[in-house]
Amino acid sequence: MAVPALRLRNISKRFGTVQATRGVDLDVMPGTVHGIIGENGAGKSTLASIVFGLHTPDSGTIEVDGTPVDNLRPVDAISHGIGMVHQHFMLVPGFSVLENIVLGLEAGFRLGPGLARARVRLAGVCREHGLDIDPDATVDDLPVGVRQRVEILKALYRGARILILDEPTGALAPHETEQLLALLDRMRASGATVVLITHKLHEIMTVCDRVSVMRSGHLVAERDVKDTSADELATLMVGHDLPAGGEEKAAVEVRTVLEVSGLGVRDAGGVRLTDVSFTLRAGEILGLAGVSGNGQSELLEVLAGMRPVSAGSVSVGSRRIDHAHPASPAEMRSLGVSHVPEDRQRQGLVLPFDIRENAVLGRLERCGPGTLVRPAVLQARAEAMIGDFDIRPPVPDRPAAVLSGGNQQKVVVARETAESPPILLLGQPTRGVDIATIGLIHSRIIELRNRGCALLLVSADLDEIFALSDRIVTLCSGRLAGPLETRSADRSVVGMMMAGLDGGAAA
Amino acid sequence: MTPLPRWIDIGLLPAINLLLALVTAGIVVVLIGENPFRVLRVLISGAFSAETLGYTLYYATNVLFTGLAAAVAFQARLFSIGAEGQATLGGLGVGLTCLLLDPTLPPVLVVVIACLAAPVFGAAWALVPGVLQAWRGSHVVITTIMFNFLASGLMVWLLSGPLKEAGRGSPQTRRFAEDAALPYLHDLLGSFGIARSPLNVSIVIALLAAVGVWVLVWRTRFGYALRALGHSREAARYAGIPIRRMIVVTLLISGALAGGMALNEILGVQHKLILNFSAGYGFTGIAVALMGRNHPAGICAASLLFGALFQGGAELNFEFETITTDLVLVIQGLIILFSGALAGMFTPWMTRLVLARAVRDG
Repeated sequence: MAVPALRLRNISKRFGTVQATRGVDLDVMPGTVHGIIGENGAGKSTLASIVFGLHTPDSGTIEVDGTPVDNLRPVDAISHGIGMVHQHFMLVPGFSVLENIVLGLEAGFRLGPGLARARVRLAGVCREHGLDIDPDATVDDLPVGVRQRVEILKALYRGARILILDEPTGALAPHETEQLLALLDRMRASGATVVLITHKLHEIMTVCDRVSVMRSGHLVAERDVKDTSADELATLMVGHDLPAGGEEKAAVEVRTVLEVSGLGVRDAGGVRLTDVSFTLRAGEILGLAGVSGNGQSELLEVLAGMRPVSAGSVSVGSRRIDHAHPASPAEMRSLGVSHVPEDRQRQGLVLPFDIRENAVLGRLERCGPGTLVRPAVLQARAEAMIGDFDIRPPVPDRPAAVLSGGNQQKVVVARETAESPPILLLGQPTRGVDIATIGLIHSRIIELRNRGCALLLVSADLDEIFALSDRIVTLCSGRLAGPLETRSADRSVVGMMMAGLDGGAAA
Repeated sequence: MTPLPRWIDIGLLPAINLLLALVTAGIVVVLIGENPFRVLRVLISGAFSAETLGYTLYYATNVLFTGLAAAVAFQARLFSIGAEGQATLGGLGVGLTCLLLDPTLPPVLVVVIACLAAPVFGAAWALVPGVLQAWRGSHVVITTIMFNFLASGLMVWLLSGPLKEAGRGSPQTRRFAEDAALPYLHDLLGSFGIARSPLNVSIVIALLAAVGVWVLVWRTRFGYALRALGHSREAARYAGIPIRRMIVVTLLISGALAGGMALNEILGVQHKLILNFSAGYGFTGIAVALMGRNHPAGICAASLLFGALFQGGAELNFEFETITTDLVLVIQGLIILFSGALAGMFTPWMTRLVLARAVRDG
């Protein structure tokens, strides 16, 4: 039997009171794509960081090609041929591709000769792996998918034979994901070893040879991909059978509660939205699909009163909001618009605030008259939210910063749904959230819909859009397409709409 | 980023920092050939004896006002350096009130109006930096520093020209009317045998201001918005907090507190307007706020420490031939360095220690 490219034995690591990984044994064979799958917080990223030397394990050993390595630091990992592509890109935006790739390997005081040599070598690396990237393009100008290839190229250029990718498809559009998986396939063909960390079953089933499943820091199962199924892996990930899909939808009541007509938004960065029109009806979930950065965030912010309207109008009840008559976030809330923002850590929460204080963010004036803050009111709200959403740990004076991502999102969703709002804006409500919490949030969304709430669901996850929405619209370059009835919608049509190809014109 | 228990953050850590500052200062004292323990004894008895405690508290009052001023701005993450100039303008407010009104109005009324004028003038001096920060993004550090220079220049012009007492060479106004002053505590409480000192009623005003700041920051909607803004501008925007108005109002409050310092110096002690009475207390207030963790209770404690340093330092100068004013400044500087500028030095280390304990105790 061949020597594993990477062998981990009994790797344990704890952060404070959290045991991130426990006694993990893992063999990754050379020339394979090895998947590591698990929910958020299962310990996947910790494991990857240990292999790359970013964290030192509390116990355990690592062997690379049969040679034990210890006291691994990132520089050592690179010299052992281990490369890592992080979830968040580590590129200098204003630099060219070539400059980013040689960063840290400049070879000498003068930049010119080194860059010239690097250009030749880079062309070779690109050829070897079938990558086509313009070395002189500025990183700023590249789409997310290409930036990621630059990251991969950076690792390959540094001689990586074992490449670790941590949630590489989080920010990618569907076709970019397919391109990435094809690239991994080619890299395997040229002899590289890939460790793919993800929580998306589709990626495992498409490209991996072998898969390890992690749950609560343990490696609970290992399978050859050809001998397993997506269902089995899903069950292994959560530790029990998944509940059957969506509940029966309530009868659709056609009453428009929010109308957007001819909406245009411009800011210093340029035109964000052009001539956007749609209606939001009571008792309906309108799904807004699209690749991030095509105007979804701006649309949510306009509807939440956080951003002025440049052209057109938004009507809620009898209130018409346009350029001359702007609305503040407070006014939108009093009109019944609740908002789960896309970025819970920067917008939805004040991280150093405790759960009590976060329970009233944006809603303090609704917690009784006067200018004084009543600690008892905050406490009661926090306790209600904790009980309602099973927020853990159930400690109202715990700062939001120390909660896990899933529990942070529970705080935001609990706050925004506590008053049964007639209109709810949802920005990526389950991004980076564990499966159990996703289930909780989804059932709350459906419950609100059934009670007559009008919901706008913005999500980069097409599965989520299809599972929950009654109708689907898409945004591409600030232009809206659709709506399509979900029942009759075809994923490929929605995909084309997202890519700006007018597949949805017929609807 | 596990936050530390409160008693460690505002009790133990400052104590460790202070200890380190004293040890370093002790090394300096050894180097110039004095016994550090004797110096410390003189410092402490010089600051806290029955005769000198009043002086210590009088100095503490100044930095209590400016420390609160800095802390309110810091809570909103506005690094205002303007207390010095705002205190100067507070003095101008007191001076103008007394000079204009003391011939006609009863002294009590003059004092009351002066007590309002000091914060109003201080706040007014913060208005332009506040507006520039809120609407133009001009950094408040730069603008408040420039406004300190403007305040200083304005006072030089006023006190050498329009407000100068006729027939006098020095740049100062005439004395205010006899009773147009905040009473000294040794006058008010003379029957308790309190030693004479510059300590006056303004310390009570400062302590009330400290309570007021606590209520404002931790128990009002305004304070909630202030802290939310300080922690996360994006979250403030999401919550619909009017960010620009908050920036301006916060700096106005900060300026008003800084202006309060003039009550102690001008209305309490000098009884006339003089140049440079702010004497760096505005800057020391920044160190006081840092050391007090922007919390009124911590700021009261830090003010007492700095008051003791000013007073005890003066005694050192008097007691030891080798210890000059410059060396006293070095010792004060070390304490500011360790307690203020390096206030966070042990936080990561302490966090690890606390975490390790938490793990061991399960």
